[in-house]
Amino acid sequence: MKSQIKRGVSLYSFQEELFLGQLSLEDCVSFAAGIGANGIEILPEQNIASFPNVSDAQIAELHAMLARHGAHFTAYDMFLDTKRRKDRLMSDEEQVESIHRDLILCNRLGIRNMRILIFVRPDILEKCVPMAEKLDVHMGVEVHAPWHLEHAWIQRTIEVADRLNTRHLGILPDMGIFMKHYPPVMRARYERQGARPEVCDFIVDQHEQKVMCEYTIFEVAVKMQGNKAEVAMAESLRHNPYANPKRIYDYAPYFRHIQAKFYEMTEDCRDPALDYDAVIPELVRAGWDGTLSSEYEGNRWIQDVMEVDSREQVRRQHVMFERLIAKAEADLAGAAA
Amino acid sequence: MFDKYTIDPASLANVGPADAPTGFAFTTKLGYYRGLGLSMVEDLKVSLDGEAFPREAITFDDGNGALSLDEMETAYDRRWVFGAPATVTVALPGGFPAGEHKLALQQRLRISYMPFPSFNNDEKVVSL
Repeated sequence: MKSQIKRGVSLYSFQEELFLGQLSLEDCVSFAAGIGANGIEILPEQNIASFPNVSDAQIAELHAMLARHGAHFTAYDMFLDTKRRKDRLMSDEEQVESIHRDLILCNRLGIRNMRILIFVRPDILEKCVPMAEKLDVHMGVEVHAPWHLEHAWIQRTIEVADRLNTRHLGILPDMGIFMKHYPPVMRARYERQGARPEVCDFIVDQHEQKVMCEYTIFEVAVKMQGNKAEVAMAESLRHNPYANPKRIYDYAPYFRHIQAKFYEMTEDCRDPALDYDAVIPELVRAGWDGTLSSEYEGNRWIQDVMEVDSREQVRRQHVMFERLIAKAEADLAGAAA
Repeated sequence: MFDKYTIDPASLANVGPADAPTGFAFTTKLGYYRGLGLSMVEDLKVSLDGEAFPREAITFDDGNGALSLDEMETAYDRRWVFGAPATVTVALPGGFPAGEHKLALQQRLRISYMPFPSFNNDEKVVSL
């Protein structure tokens, strides 16, 4: 079975170099296309300085730039500033208006997938479905750790999508939910901040054993009298649980795009933390044909001691994707034969 | 996520007449992975050798006109663009004191999807 999975990159991956002015948008696109990851996920609030007042001429320039590299946009990451005012939250009407603004810009950019921040209320999204349908934009609620596919909050979006029988509301999984092992880059950073190796060992082992995080936090904070870095590391477990990769198969009809989060790729192109080994076969088995969009988030864990090379990290992840997709295809073909 | 890059030490300069400076200024970038409306920048706390300046002593200019921190709170139509330097000016008669001093900046941001405010901290030993 030949997989139809497409590969791409979120510009979020290059945030270090973009922030520092070391890479231009075009440098990022050129690099991504060069490794066969020609689907580009954009964060207009990061990548378009004139946001939200983006002119037709600017959009034409962006498209011409993509075309020069044989690339195209895959997804639009929206934000919703419900706390824009200090004195009150945005009203429901203002929230809908803000999302409409993004749907319209998304459509003008020729993009059909919009990443919805996970905190956006499902009943607000329900009000946006008619506009999403009209513009043919899929609103995918980002399933981000510590939430997971079967979390009650996510089920509320699934319920709305089912009830409306719409193909324009669903989810957009972030692979950070599949943290099988605690990332070595995170541990190393806490050690540099003063966490003792034996306490780090304990926390990593607790994560490895899938002990519910509150036990570990209590052990470290109270029983071990952990220092600031140790308690912070233990508390990081709250945001880094491991969800069952089998579930991704069940939910495949609800998503068209994946944020392929990662914190570090080893030199031999393996992810030491996230369970892509288990996730990719499920996507292939589901016949899923969306985009695996790299989302490198390791910069903040290493920038205190080394130069960040986001391009090399992304390159390694795509080597892994090619390997895992080919293996899953072969395994499925073998099982069918 | 970009805390350590938020103060540009090379940008430090006095402001006002050369023989009677009224304060000092430096450039800073928003330590966040996207741009943000100015109304969500809750505070820019500057301190020198551990002593914080009063909020009223600080002004911000992203190139589109200087604002006090209180004015920023309602600047709904202005955004601090991702990666773009802005100037923070601190009122201090006499300007930046002679010699090396520890300059600290804390950006406090109201990020809607986060349950708590976001803080970006930088501290650098600088001199004029």
